[in-house]
Formats: sequence, structure tokens, C-alpha cells
Amino acid sequence: MEGTAVLGRLNWQLGEVVATRPETPRTKSITLDVPGWTGHRPGQHVDLRLTSEDGYHAERSYSIASPPEDRSRVTLTVERIDTGEVSPYLTDELHEGDQLELRGPIGGYFVWEASMGGPLFLVAGGSGIVPLMAMIRHRAAAGPSVATRLLYSSRSLGEIIYRDELDRLTQSSPGLEVAHTLTRETPPGWAGYRRRVDADMLRDVAWPPDQNPLTYICGPTPFVEGAATILAGLGYGPQRIKTERFGPTG
Amino acid sequence: MQGRMGRENKLDGNASAGTLQAIFPFEMTEVMVTCAGCGASNVIGETAAYVSGMGTIVRCPSCDRALIRIARLEGRSYLDLRGSRVLRIHADG
Ligand SMILES: Cc1cc2nc3c(=O)[nH]c(=O)nc-3n(C[C@H](O)[C@H](O)[C@H](O)COP(=O)(O)OP(=O)(O)OC[C@H]3O[C@@H](n4cnc5c(N)ncnc54)[C@H](O)[C@@H]3O)c2cc1C
Ligand SMILES: [Zn+2]
Repeated sequence: MEGTAVLGRLNWQLGEVVATRPETPRTKSITLDVPGWTGHRPGQHVDLRLTSEDGYHAERSYSIASPPEDRSRVTLTVERIDTGEVSPYLTDELHEGDQLELRGPIGGYFVWEASMGGPLFLVAGGSGIVPLMAMIRHRAAAGPSVATRLLYSSRSLGEIIYRDELDRLTQSSPGLEVAHTLTRETPPGWAGYRRRVDADMLRDVAWPPDQNPLTYICGPTPFVEGAATILAGLGYGPQRIKTERFGPTG
Repeated sequence: MQGRMGRENKLDGNASAGTLQAIFPFEMTEVMVTCAGCGASNVIGETAAYVSGMGTIVRCPSCDRALIRIARLEGRSYLDLRGSRVLRIHADG
């Protein structure tokens, strides 16, 4: 949103872990209570900073999964990258009552608010669902009239993050459609797609270009680039496509 | 460290926003940068960013020139803006 007021510089501050919750075998949601938190917009992220005993810092970005309607609480969802420096600590070693250094909320470009309208097209690969989930939760709370489609690619059924909540929201929140694709393993009787996101799938699921949808794509870097390139080829204007690359895929 | 800065580690300008907003008192992803090389103007959210333990580089999506480089060393930030001709900031609400 252009013309936003001065926000001030970001400083590191402490949040306290008030809840953790496994979402899938490899992902965990972490809810933080951050004193003085002034709220956030759906799609924004925070930076976390871990400091080792010898003073060495590691910083990583994590999207906010919770909607702004949650007020002073911030929930992140972290996928464990087995060889990673930071994510295994967050998923395995962080517990209720622990303190965590963070700064945020960050960003304004990869943000969707109900007032921006739609139709909305969301494309997620793996943990790329996290900032899009903040948008979906916000939409359910504040803008359920915006027609929304989510195309969500996961490796297997068990790796779909927020699966039950997405099922519930498609029932309770009219105008929200969710299409899943599973790339590695499909259970018997699976009715969704069973391959990587490709042009045919995007043509099926995306709003037609003449409806001028707002599109947000998030996930591993190669996933985001693939989907964005295909959509551009299908005639979607780049000004209406926003991307958030999370980094390489393991 | 080569791998961390390789092209496979390309992120969006959004990934540099926390580091930038620790220096500038504004939301930075909607700040417009004009490339000193090719003249293209993009908001920082549309640029490419490379982030590593050594620092952050924001690159022009049209010609790949380094628009902004930020390094942090011993509590100081080093900001190199040679690649940016203009930063357009909406700062007055
Ligand atoms: C704006 C932004 C928002 C993000 N939001 C989230 C989020 O909501 N949830 C989340 O889980 N992550 C998110 N990420 C990714 C996160 O910042 C870290 O990159 C990720 O957790 C890996 O950190 P690490 O220290 O565990 O791994 P590192 O020590 O950085 O990397 C270890 C190895 O894993 C590889 N690797 C790095 N990142 C990934 C990846 N994403 N997938 C597979 N392999 C990888 C590296 O190339 C390296 O070989 C986000 C990234 C950005 C830029
Ligand atoms: Zn350029």
C-alpha cells in the first residue's frame, strides 16, 4: 500500500513461546507472545535470530501464519530441514516458556488484505502455504466474499500442512476452493492431482486471465519460478503476480 | 560459502526487508529503486535478493546489477548503493 506512514526502524525484541503444535511429522507451529506487538498484515514475516554461546548469530526469515485478527500473538510454522542450522532447533528444541529473539513485522509487497479484493489465486509448495494461510484465515475472518482458489502442492497426504483446517474452511467459508496435488505418494482413492504443478493444472485451477486475478505464489525457489513462468506464459500480467521464494529445495 | 550465494539461493527482495528496515525507518518492499545500470524501476519486493551470513545483495530483475549491498561486521552496517540511481520512498503517510 503506497503512502503508508513511517514505521520506524526495526529492532530485535524478545518473544516468549506460549504454545507449540506439530502440524505434520516435519513441521511445527510456534506461537509467540511478543510484548508491544502492534499487529501485522497477512503475508508478512519476521526475522528470527539465534545466538550461540560464542556470540555467533544466525538469522532466518519465517512467515506469519496467524491472521491479524489474532492481535498480540504471532504464530509461525517451521519445516524441519534436516541439514539446516536453524530449523531443527526451532522444531525440536524450542519449548513453551523459551524466549526467542525476533524483529518484525516485515514486508508490505507480499501482502493481501480483504480490501484489495480479488479474485484471489494462491499457489503454495510445501511450507510455502504459511503466508498464504494467514491470507486465508484473514479472508475467513474479514473478507469471505472474495472468491479464492488455492492450489497446494505437497509430497504426500501426511505432509499437507493445515489439512484439516483447510477442509473445514472450504466447508464453512463459501467461495474458497482448495485443490491439492501430491508429488511423491498418493493414498488409494486419492481424488486430487498426482504430479508436479504444470501448465495443464494451472490452466484448470487458475481464474481465467480476463478476470484479472491477484496471484500469490510461495514455496521453494524452483517451485515459485516454475509456477510464475507458466502463469506468465498463460497470459497473466506480471504486475498481478507476487512471489515469495523460500530458498532451495532439499 | 559459494553455495549459499549461488543462483539457486535466489530469494525475493522481500527477504532483504528486515535487514533494510533495521537501517531505514520505512517499510522497504514498496520503495521504488531505479537501476543505475539499465534504468529499470522496480519496487524492492519485485527485485531479487541473495542473503547469506556475509550479507545481503539486492539485484535488478532486468539486468542483474547489484542495486544494494549490505554487510554487517562487528556491529556496523556497510551499505553500498552504487547500483541504485534513485530510491523513491513514501514516507509521509
Ligand atoms: C521471506 C521468507 C519467509 C520464509 N518463511 C518460512 C516459513 O514460514 N516456514 C519455513 O519453514 N521456512 C520459511 N523460510 C525459509 C527459512 O528462512 C529457512 O531458509 C529455512 O528454515 C532453512 O533454514 P536452516 O537454517 O534450517 O537451513 P540452512 O542451514 O540455511 O540450510 C541448510 C541446507 O538446507 C538447504 N535449504 C535451505 N533452505 C531450504 C528450504 N526452504 N528447503 C529445503 N532446503 C533448504 C540449504 O541449501 C542448505 O544446503 C522463509 C524464507 C524467506 C526468505
Ligand atoms: Zn538494471
